[in-house]
Amino acid sequence: MFDTFPLWPTRASTTAGSVDALFIFLVTLSALMSLVIFTMIMVFAVRYRRRKGVAAEQIEGSTALEVTWSVIPLFIFVVIFVWGAVIYFKERTPPRGATEVYVVAKQWMWKLQHEEGQREINELHVPLGRDVKMILTSQDVIHSFYVPAFRIKQDVLPGRYTTAWFRPTKAGTYHLFCAEYCGSQHSGMIGQVVVLEPAQYEVWLSGGGASGTMASNGQNIFQQLGCSTCHRSDTQGRGPDLVGLFGKPVQLEDGRVVTADENYIRESILTPGAKVVSGFKPIMPVFQGLVSEEQLNALVAYVKSLNPSPSGAAGGPTVVPSGAKPQEPKVQ
Amino acid sequence: MATAAITAERENYLNQEYGIKSWLLTVDHKRIALLYLLSITFFFFIGGFFALLIRLELLTPAGDLVQADTYNKLFSMHGQVMIFFFLIPSIPAVLGNFLVPLMIGAKDLAFPRINLLSWYLYIIAGVLMVHCMLTGGVDTGWTFYTPFSTAFSNTKVIEAGLAIFISGFSSILTGLNFVVTIHRMRAPGMTWDRLPLFIWAHYATSIIQLLGTPVVAVTLVLVVLERALHLGIFDPTRGGDPLLFQHLFWFYSHPAVYIMILPSMGVVTEIIPCFCRKRIFGYKFVALSSISIAVFGFLVWAHHMFVAGISLYAALIFSALSYLVAVPSAIKVFNWTATMYKGSITFSTPMLYAFGFVGLFTMGGLTGLFLAALGLDVHVTDTYFVVAHFHYIMVGGALMGYLGGMHFWWPKISGRMYPESLGRLAALIVFLGFNLTFFPQFILGYLGMPRRYWQYPPEFQVLNVLSTAGATVLAVGYLLPMVYFLWSMRYGKVAPDNPWGASGLEWMTTSPPPTFNFDQPPVVNWEAYDYEHIPAPQEARSGG
Amino acid sequence: MADSPIAVEHHNPALKHHFADMEQQREASSLGMWLFLATEIMFFGGMFCAYLIYRLWYFPDFGAASNSLDITLGAVNTAVLICSSLTVVMAVRAAQLGKRQQQVIYLALTLVLGLAFLGVKAVEWTSKFKEHHIPGPTFNFEGSIPSHPDQPVDQHHAQIFFSLYFAMTGMHALHMVIGVGIFSYLLYHAWKGTYTPEYYTPLENSGLYWHFVDIVWIYLFPLLYLIDRKK
Repeated sequence: MFDTFPLWPTRASTTAGSVDALFIFLVTLSALMSLVIFTMIMVFAVRYRRRKGVAAEQIEGSTALEVTWSVIPLFIFVVIFVWGAVIYFKERTPPRGATEVYVVAKQWMWKLQHEEGQREINELHVPLGRDVKMILTSQDVIHSFYVPAFRIKQDVLPGRYTTAWFRPTKAGTYHLFCAEYCGSQHSGMIGQVVVLEPAQYEVWLSGGGASGTMASNGQNIFQQLGCSTCHRSDTQGRGPDLVGLFGKPVQLEDGRVVTADENYIRESILTPGAKVVSGFKPIMPVFQGLVSEEQLNALVAYVKSLNPSPSGAAGGPTVVPSGAKPQEPKVQ
Repeated sequence: MATAAITAERENYLNQEYGIKSWLLTVDHKRIALLYLLSITFFFFIGGFFALLIRLELLTPAGDLVQADTYNKLFSMHGQVMIFFFLIPSIPAVLGNFLVPLMIGAKDLAFPRINLLSWYLYIIAGVLMVHCMLTGGVDTGWTFYTPFSTAFSNTKVIEAGLAIFISGFSSILTGLNFVVTIHRMRAPGMTWDRLPLFIWAHYATSIIQLLGTPVVAVTLVLVVLERALHLGIFDPTRGGDPLLFQHLFWFYSHPAVYIMILPSMGVVTEIIPCFCRKRIFGYKFVALSSISIAVFGFLVWAHHMFVAGISLYAALIFSALSYLVAVPSAIKVFNWTATMYKGSITFSTPMLYAFGFVGLFTMGGLTGLFLAALGLDVHVTDTYFVVAHFHYIMVGGALMGYLGGMHFWWPKISGRMYPESLGRLAALIVFLGFNLTFFPQFILGYLGMPRRYWQYPPEFQVLNVLSTAGATVLAVGYLLPMVYFLWSMRYGKVAPDNPWGASGLEWMTTSPPPTFNFDQPPVVNWEAYDYEHIPAPQEARSGG
Repeated sequence: MADSPIAVEHHNPALKHHFADMEQQREASSLGMWLFLATEIMFFGGMFCAYLIYRLWYFPDFGAASNSLDITLGAVNTAVLICSSLTVVMAVRAAQLGKRQQQVIYLALTLVLGLAFLGVKAVEWTSKFKEHHIPGPTFNFEGSIPSHPDQPVDQHHAQIFFSLYFAMTGMHALHMVIGVGIFSYLLYHAWKGTYTPEYYTPLENSGLYWHFVDIVWIYLFPLLYLIDRKK
């Protein structure tokens, strides 16, 4: 019966448990508060219903009471706020070393690509017990990546990256919804997330017809577009050296310091004039409209792979071996 | 006090002049209130019809009753009509228009002609909206999110945007009139701490209308310009930022929720003391809570955007402020409850609606705590949980208050009593139908059903069927009062001047009031809710 | 009329029936006007907010686009508007003192200055049109960043500047046009002698409106014309 009429969503990620805990706390609290208020109303309604010869007693009010029922709720609210904020911080901070999936949303479909190179449409295969970071962008309007079983949701915006992450805790197939209204087939923009046991995942991964990792694809594009003529690893290049750039602070020509995250790399490819690195001339051509979202993702993945990686999980070494083996999933 | 027979014959605002011109060119706030009543009822039934079609479509998981595009237009126009053409004008423009001058002892609002102008603006906006619906409609949702609305939708976004722009000015002018009237037109002796709390609520509402509406107006202008001329202000492919639109939109549209709920709170604050025969508990705190809701309401808009891509720290601040705005709402609920303590309570229709209001508003408010909790909001935002939450506030709250107020003041407005037992029955049907419609949606939302879905996975069907069943019950509950109100205008018992034994200046004039409200300019030398000195109405009436 | 006709003492013909006396009527109108101006501030506020955000993001491009505006014409218009605010005050003063002829002269001057402003604005917009600085498919902005002559301006960012420029100055000009309408009406009534030292509320309130429109321009001028003008 519960398959056709569930009353509680499946709990299939590490976040789901903490969100449910807060939810249960709030349901209990609300039930208690409603119970108190509704009981008082009922009791007063019966006890003080109009009776002959009994007049109402005029009461002005009571400052002490008012303060009490302002301060106590406020105190409870602070507890809820802190609890909610702690969960939110965890939801919004992808752990280091998460495997990365690039998501491009468009009306009305999800296009996903694993950093190992596999592409999927409206379907996402992930290994059990491994942190997965989604890097999302949209080709047209705003969408929202929503997996109820993981209790995660993140709007997907055109023209920039947003991120989300999860760690599946239960194998199975779960709904993937678009949760931000996006036009005619909004309700058709659905898919599924398949959580596989690590061994099965390995099988799935090797079965797909991936042509090289995203980073190696990105490297090819990097060569084809001629980026490598200026962005060289020696100091002779007319553009900044990209090795070890990702995640580091960058000193800009106008004095600002920004962190080289995905959005910075994206912007620097599309509109290079926006944030010029200190000591360099704004001579790089604009690539807005010249590269597709998928190519852009590959370029970003390539630039990220140029980092000598500390954990060995996010991307390979400086020189990307083509057709790199998928990394071993971490121990659960 | 005049006897009923004489009251019925004497000259009042309804029978002083006849003819269509005497209505369309009237500057009498009471007649303008009735013009508004007719117009918003018309739009309520349009919006309700859309709602019914939505519920029927959702009876089955497949999209089988209407096309996807039609469904999208239905929920978009349901939202736009219900919010901008029904809820926002509902209590302020009908009951507020009728009662604000009466309650403070003025002959009219400060600017009667501007009042009429605001109704005409509303009608122009309404005609434009109806034209938009008849020639294809709009499918952006009531939220007009960019870049969908500016670059992708191929429906009549410009027309709908202009209609809402114009209706906004109608709302601004109403608010402006109220603030000036409340400041400058009070009768001698009607000090600020003697004002009925209905007036305080309208004062707070008007401030939001004055300061919030222009922002959404200019935002819609920019959307219209961007769509027509391809400006690029909200379009990421042209360097613009779609989140800027959301900020500007919610800067108004969150406070707009308080435009809808504050007047209802005002209504309930009049009804409860009257049927408890008692002063309101904590007058000053109830009055101040209205003002603080209006002020804090302006500082919480980004809690609609926790998953939209705003920064972590912005989200923290807006979450914290959202809890702050919950405190004054809680204060109100506690004060209403405390007012019943040691009262002498009767259960006429308005009081039943007031009970319903307190119950549903409490549930709506408590589920607001869920949505303001950052980590939880990520899961439930943009699902049916949100849909259920805001319907508890805006239908369970605002609409229950509106109906309660209509029953409470109907004798004053029409000079006739509505049938009491039918009234109680309707209140009960509305309450049950409402809960059956919207409570299942909380569960649907937590299960993960996204809002604005034309078709949905089959496991959500049982709850959707319950909701649709509730909607039909609710529809009966809304039709019933309309029928008996109309009936009572002709066949209802003639109303005495003060059928409820209520305090407030509006009950000291005749029912219906004369054109200039009072035969003698009133002078106030008593406190608000002075129920100790007002006799309760006769026992005989309560049988209905 | 429900009012007893006998009891009304010294009934000013301008007193509306629902006010107790002239003072109440004047205070109500004045408060109404101030509230209306508050809504106007919020109305322009939305656009100012959008402007400030993009100016922060795209400062170099905004500087370049701003430099293409004609600072002389902008400055002349600022002066014209400030003068017109003065003439409005003088007109109100004349009404308070009951000097009809002065009222008419100052109001006429205000009208002339208002029209002069709109004329200059029209000249500016025409040149923008010729230079293809009107946002839309034909938009084209040649130029480079003021501090980096070798860096070309981002077309999209310049277009956002001009979108906001036209939205803000356009909305301001619309207010000016309405103001000119109001002042023509006032001029007609001043000439007929409607405004007396007892009753000049319309004049005073329209004056407030005019000052408001003036102040908006005083903010628009530096924001739009004077960024990154290091020469």
